[in-house]
Order: sequence, then structure tokens, then C-alpha cells
Amino acid sequence: MIEVRELYKYYGEHRAAGPLSFSIEKGEIVGLLGLNGAGKTTALRVLACDLLPSSGTVMVDGIDVVDQPHEVRRRIGYLPDTPPLYGEMTVHEFLVFAARLRGLSASDADGRARSVEEAAQLEGVRDELISSLSHGFRQRVGIAQAVVHRPRLLILDEPISGLDPVQIVEMRQLLRTLRGEHTIVLSSHILTEISETCDRLLVLGEGRIVAAGTEEELSRDLRGGAQVELSVRTDDAAGAREVLSKVEGVRRVEPLAPRETGPRVVSFRVEAERDVREAACRALVEARLGVLEIVRRKNELESIFLRLTGADGAERGRNSDDRGSAS
Amino acid sequence: MSGALLIARRELRAYLRSPFGYIVAAALLLIDGLLFQAFALGGGARLSADVLHDFFYFASGTTMVASILLSMRLLAEERQTGTLVLLNTAPVPDSSIVIGKFLSAFVFVVLLTALTAYMPLLILVNGKVSLGHIAVGYLGLLLLGAASVAIGLFGSALARSQVLAAIIGAAVLVTMLLLWIVARVTDPPLNTFLAALALHNERQNAFMRGLLRLEDVVYYLAVTYFFLLAATKTLEARRWR
Repeated sequence: MIEVRELYKYYGEHRAAGPLSFSIEKGEIVGLLGLNGAGKTTALRVLACDLLPSSGTVMVDGIDVVDQPHEVRRRIGYLPDTPPLYGEMTVHEFLVFAARLRGLSASDADGRARSVEEAAQLEGVRDELISSLSHGFRQRVGIAQAVVHRPRLLILDEPISGLDPVQIVEMRQLLRTLRGEHTIVLSSHILTEISETCDRLLVLGEGRIVAAGTEEELSRDLRGGAQVELSVRTDDAAGAREVLSKVEGVRRVEPLAPRETGPRVVSFRVEAERDVREAACRALVEARLGVLEIVRRKNELESIFLRLTGADGAERGRNSDDRGSAS
Repeated sequence: MSGALLIARRELRAYLRSPFGYIVAAALLLIDGLLFQAFALGGGARLSADVLHDFFYFASGTTMVASILLSMRLLAEERQTGTLVLLNTAPVPDSSIVIGKFLSAFVFVVLLTALTAYMPLLILVNGKVSLGHIAVGYLGLLLLGAASVAIGLFGSALARSQVLAAIIGAAVLVTMLLLWIVARVTDPPLNTFLAALALHNERQNAFMRGLLRLEDVVYYLAVTYFFLLAATKTLEARRWR
């Protein structure tokens, strides 16, 4: 669906994006992840034919964005970070206008506007002026205008930004309903959101792709293994550490501050080639040590993100725990 | 072309729905009316044709000011509010965007100008002017309005804010107005060239006197075309930046 090869975009002397090379298959939902200024919006604007690339090729559906921009524009729906809405129009008028602008006839445009109003739950505000709508509704109208002409490719720049928790859940549902009908590229800095919605992530740093894959793949590639944290009750911390370091696959065992209060509690972090929770638990039990807790640390997206983009000077993200049972 | 008409219709509706359009209209009619009362009707007995000439003279000034005010927002406002991207990412050529924007402001100028028609008609009641003189005078006003809107639109294509767009538009317009003064202090053959380029002096005078000359019509159409083209190229260039 999308083929990007050696794309560069310069603003004067400043390189906003590039070199970027990636491809996106039909029907995929791909998330662009990056800090502000990483080049997400620039990349999306080039895909949406709002900007032309400084060099490189971008093909959408086999069509070059520089050679035939109008053909590409017919195939895309774009929601920029600020929804492009005319405040003096009603929701319905605006959606009909957006549809007609993309080449739909007057009658088709009216029908399509009504159907996207229904899909985006905008029927109640259909005849209201856009200037009187709340931020959440405006964002929905923004998405509705992007899909009103049934584009094959949907490009959404920060669609979740500025929404309250209820609106985020509603927006997530809306995105799910769009899945299947469209190939979707979206950007976000709300990390959990991007991992929940997207099939695949492209992590951008300083205009380049620094990593690509699913959240799990990124996590595995980054650490090259698994981490386990555990707590045991013992007087012999050194002995417990010795037992753990002999478990097959374990690379390193580090003592941690006790993970829970109580007498004689010691905690360790185990770095291993794979998930060693079962083997470690068995070894501890065989050594007659009381296992209080054993947990696999899941590498939360935020920490992957910070490491990949080189912004992990002070890793602020708390890692979420995927609690595993000791068997 | 359908894209241009669609954009023009939406834009015209925006003028009619916002207070801005009405404020410009009210100001233009008020000032035209005051000037007509004070200068054209006031004073001693005069020939009706001279009164009509004076009316067209000050109406041309207010038309230029109104055209710049109406056109300054056309692209700059969309850039400010982030809606230009909707047009930029639609399968509509940049020339259609510019033509659509131009048409909306020009039609509004035509409506405003039509509302001043009662003044020359008042002259007809007690005086003697030909309908041809009135028609030619109005044609001159509309051609001047079209050229001024195109200049304002060019300013709006360049600027990020409406105020800046108005300043650029006004600067270009005033420069073109003053070319006849520059022509007076310039040696031949440059002086004839500059005088011919001047936006108002010789050109508009003929219309105000009821004289229809093809070269003047072509001049205003050429100025309009030139600045619409410049606005289109400015929009295109912005995609490469």
C-alpha cells in the first residue's frame, strides 16, 4: 500500500525527516512513535501529499506522490494534529463539503456524510455549528471528514491528543471500526494507546526510523532476553544468589532493594536469555528457599521508546509488571 | 473547475455568515454615501457628468480598500487556523483553490458595488447622464476591484497572518498606484512604460469619464491574471519548502 524509499524532507537547511525507508501493507494499522520534533508530522504530511519530499520516492498504491499527487489524494484521508474545520459551517454542511471536495457527487456526498455521522456518533450534533462543539466532538468531525470519501489509506496525526479518558475510549472504538476498511497510519506520543491500536510500530528519532516491529519484537530486540524479579525469604542472600546464577540461561543476578516489607526478605533481578521463571522457581524450592514473589518484567513501551530515541537519560517510565505465577 | 466553484461557494457563505463581511459592506456604503453627499452633491451647480465622474473617483478608492480587506483573509486565515491543509490534501489543483478564493471575494465586491447603484441613479433623477456612462464607470470599478482582490489574494498567499497579508497587499497596490508619479520623474522611454503600468491614474480616468477603451480592459484583466498566477505559484512553492 505504501512504499517509502530514502525519503528526505528539509526545511531550508534543517533536516526534518530522513532517511526514511519503510513499507506498509494493505489493511495494516501502523503507528509512528517519536518525541516532538522526531519527524512524525513531516512524514505524515508527505504521505498525505500536503508537502513534497526533498528527495526519495513515496508510492501510495503504486502511484508516486510527486508525479500524480491528485491520484494519491483521492486515495487518502488525512487528519492533521489540529482538525481542519470551518467553524461557521454545521457538521453536516462541512462533511458534505469535504466529500464533494474529494470528487463525490452532491447526492453521494449527502449520503456518505450521513453514514459517517452515524459511524462517528455525530447525529446529535449534525446541524450544530462546528464552532460550538467540544474538543472531543471536533476530533470526531475531523476523523469523519477524513473517511467521508472512503479513502483506502487513512493518515491520522495524533488522533487521541487532548481527549479526556472517556473520549479516548470512544476514539479507540471508532478506530477499531475503521480497521479493515482502511489501511491506517497514525502517530501518537501516548504510548499505551499506540500499542493497543496498532499492529506494528515505527519508532522515529531525529527524522530516522530507529526501530520497527511489534511491541514484543521491539522489547526482545532491545534487551535480547527477559528479566525476572523475585523475592525470597532467607538469611543467606549470597546462597540464594548462587542458586539463581546456576539456573540454565541466566546471565546475571543483581540484588535489589526488598520488593516487600517483612523479615528476611531479599529481592533479585535476574537477566536471562529467555523467560526463566519456572526454572528459577524450581531451583529455589529445591534449595529449600521460600519464594515470595516471582515476576517477569515486561518492557513497557515507554522505556523502549526512551531508549530507542536516546532520551533515557533519566528513565522515567515505570515498568509495568506482568505477574507470573510460580509453578 | 468544480473544485473552484465549490470553494468559492463555501467562502462566499463564510463572508455572509461572519460579521466581518457585513462590517466591510457597511463601512464601504457609509463612506461612499458620505463622500457622495459631501463632494458630488455638495457645492454649486455642476454638470451631471462631472458629478458622476466624482462618484466613480471616490468609489474606486473605497473599492480598492474593501478589496484588500476582503481578500487578506482568503488564504492567510486558513493557514492561521490550519484549515488550508483540507484544500491542500484534496484532489484539487492549486489554481482551482486560488480561483475559488478569488471568485468568492470578487462576487462579494460585485454585491457591494451593486449596492452603491442608488447614488448614480439619484443623479439621473435631477440631472442628465447616460446609462452608458454609468455602465462603463461600473465596469471600471469592477475591473479595478478584480485587480485589487487578486493583489490582496497574492498578499494572503505569501503571509502567515491576515494583518501581514493586508500590509503586503496594500503595499503592492499603493506601489502600483504611485507608478504614475514615478513616471513623471523618469526619463523616456521608461516613463511611458511606468505610466502604462499604473493601476489607477490614466486607466481608471477613462472609465470614470464613460470612455471604454479595450487596452484598459485588457490591462486590468492582465493585472488580475498576473497576481492570480503569482498566488498559485506561491501556494505550489510552499509544498516544496
